Amino acid sequence: MTALAWLIPAALFLGLIGLAGFLWALKSGQFEDLDGAAYRILEDDDESTSNDKR
Amino acid sequence: MALAVDFDTQRIAPQASRKVAQPGEAQEHVVLAVENLNCGGCMRKIERSLHEAPGIASVRANLSAKRVSVTFDPQTTGTEAIISTLAGAGFRAADLAVSPASETISADRDLLRRLAVAGFAAANIMLLSVSVWAGLASDMDPEIQSLFHWLSALIALPAIAYAGQPFFRSALTALNAWRLNMDVPISLALLLATGMSLAQTIRGTEQVYFDAGVSLVFFLLIGRYLDQSLRSRAKGAAQNLLGLKSGWATVLNDDGTSERLPARALLAGMRILVPAGERIAVDGRIVSGTTDIDEQLITGETLPRTARPGDTVYAGTTALTAPVEVEATAADDATLIAEIARLMETAEQNKGRYVRLADKAAALYAPVVHALGLATFLGWVLLGASWETALTTAISVLIITCPCALALAVPAVQVAATSRLFKHGVIMTASDGLERLAEVDTIVFDKTGTLTLGEPELTNATDIPDSTLAAAAALAMTSRHPYAQAVVRAARNRGLEFQPLSDVNETPGAGLSHSGENGLEVRLGSAEWCGAANPAVAIGTDSTGDNAASLYYLPAPGSSPVAFQFIDAMRADAAETIALARTAGFQVTLLSGDRVKAVKQTATAAGIEDWLAARRPHEKIAELDRLKAAGHRALMVGDGLNDAPALAAAHASLSPASAAEVSQIASDGIIQGSRLAPIIETIAVARRARRMSLENFAIAAAYNAICIPLAMLGFVTPLIAAIAMSASSIIVTANALRLTTAKLKL
Repeated sequence: MTALAWLIPAALFLGLIGLAGFLWALKSGQFEDLDGAAYRILEDDDESTSNDKR
Repeated sequence: MALAVDFDTQRIAPQASRKVAQPGEAQEHVVLAVENLNCGGCMRKIERSLHEAPGIASVRANLSAKRVSVTFDPQTTGTEAIISTLAGAGFRAADLAVSPASETISADRDLLRRLAVAGFAAANIMLLSVSVWAGLASDMDPEIQSLFHWLSALIALPAIAYAGQPFFRSALTALNAWRLNMDVPISLALLLATGMSLAQTIRGTEQVYFDAGVSLVFFLLIGRYLDQSLRSRAKGAAQNLLGLKSGWATVLNDDGTSERLPARALLAGMRILVPAGERIAVDGRIVSGTTDIDEQLITGETLPRTARPGDTVYAGTTALTAPVEVEATAADDATLIAEIARLMETAEQNKGRYVRLADKAAALYAPVVHALGLATFLGWVLLGASWETALTTAISVLIITCPCALALAVPAVQVAATSRLFKHGVIMTASDGLERLAEVDTIVFDKTGTLTLGEPELTNATDIPDSTLAAAAALAMTSRHPYAQAVVRAARNRGLEFQPLSDVNETPGAGLSHSGENGLEVRLGSAEWCGAANPAVAIGTDSTGDNAASLYYLPAPGSSPVAFQFIDAMRADAAETIALARTAGFQVTLLSGDRVKAVKQTATAAGIEDWLAARRPHEKIAELDRLKAAGHRALMVGDGLNDAPALAAAHASLSPASAAEVSQIASDGIIQGSRLAPIIETIAVARRARRMSLENFAIAAAYNAICIPLAMLGFVTPLIAAIAMSASSIIVTANALRLTTAKLKL
């Protein structure tokens, strides 16, 4: 059962990373324009939006 | 539209939607609503065109919200310059009427954050629980089991304390008011399950159900979030609409300078210059200048009124023919808007008593659930069971009965119905609007701008020779008068070529005149203006047009004037929609502030037998009260400011997107586009939504009827209860989703 000593913390840690990642994405506004994001990836010229401060 | 009066007590500061982006540099931030931001290409075009403009620090277009947020240097550029840059690129943009950092967005985010925490906790606790449940059957040491319970407690307690707050808060609010809502049993089950699990963990026994509690919160939050996000989308769309309609005004300062201010920054006492063709942004008195005023939005009257110095003008009206200077008297209690505000307030108070379906269900259901839970506990104790067993069984009963299916029954349907309507161009703004719409049996229409398009159309174009129409159109092109513009439209529709004449004189209340090269004057205007004292003399007159107004064209002094007849055209599908509504058993009434003859004519054309004309706002309310007293539930469809109190007083209400700002706020939903058919669709969806809510209650009840006895007898552990409850929520949600694709008819 010694495996538990590191498996459980590892599982919790990975879960926390996922949670923190989601909360960060939410805070940085990545869920604000779900429709627009799909089109932005198709834009060739990055310079039109490069100086945005998000 | 430009309405400077707030019905709330506070006036929104002019800088409400702006904040300094970076403290070091004096940069300003503004969020604009953009009407035709519909595609990825538009987003790119907007960002490009603004980047090329001077003084712009950053631009970000948001396709979902149809908004653009811009950070700019106020020394170099301003909001109005940005709006005109966008107009140059082909986009109609406007400052938002309300601060975009509104409560709805933060409420959305708050729920999503809680949902994420609950999801994380549920997944990890389930991982531990599954091992424990599996371990019970195999060889798990009691120490490891206890460790797992403690770990679960460590995750669950903060998670429930944080993620469960929306339920606890709502339950507390309800209890404080001596009411029961769905959140009371939910909160009770959560607290009991968590409390007992903690006690058992400390004692080192097996009845630990943190998993049930946390997954319960997780599933319930999903429903809450869907409901909330859809509502905030609708609210955002409504805010965009309002922003696009509020305008700017030129304020004349005492020192002779002038400045452009957004309409909501205007104060009483300011002197405002209104150029011809611009909406008047305030209630006020004309100080200098005479003009024709288009008051359609306020009174429903299609014919413009001539206003002279000293006359009162209202916000939302348009100065058509000449510039005027207006002194704002918005604070004046005697204005029409103040009267309408008072009427609306009373009407809203009366409507506040409506009890929603879910709350009705909760009022019936919650006491039963609590009684059953208590009975289970007492029954097991009396039968000699240990208090743990008794309490566990009672918790199972609480969990299995109340929460998901019932709490989701109505919201899931609402989400599906609102999103379906959203796609059809109907934005529901009141949260209980759909439920009230479903109960409607009478439809009351306003005339101008609702049944009709609100703009005149030339009816006798076939009687007028091409050359005359082209000459009249050339004269009319300079004028903003609705009839003059209708002449221009008619000439364009016929494909005629004409150039605008220069040096056209416009006399408010009379008409247009132009002296040609040959020294002869041509005129376009009223009968007196053109000397058509006896209209029968004029060519092409016909006497059918009571609703219609006439203009005359005088090709040369002394010659015989040509009549142009106009009618306020009906919306293309008005008669069809009304016929449909009548076949479906609705009583249809026309209730207008316009003149008797005009209303009668529209009523006949639209196929409405029951019509009332020349009704003032308070008389409209009286009429609705009469309908109510007769046992009818009325849906009011109106657009003018004069309809706003009636919209608020009616059982349910809808207004077209062209309606006055106040009317849109007063109504339950906004119909976009120029068709009336969405009214039928809305009622159909509302009715189906009510039926589906009842179906969902039935599903939930059937599930309870099976599960409660099992739970009371102790065959169901809280974990199984949580799983069964999730299954019932999925069924209820799936049932609700059928609404998005179902074929509906009344």
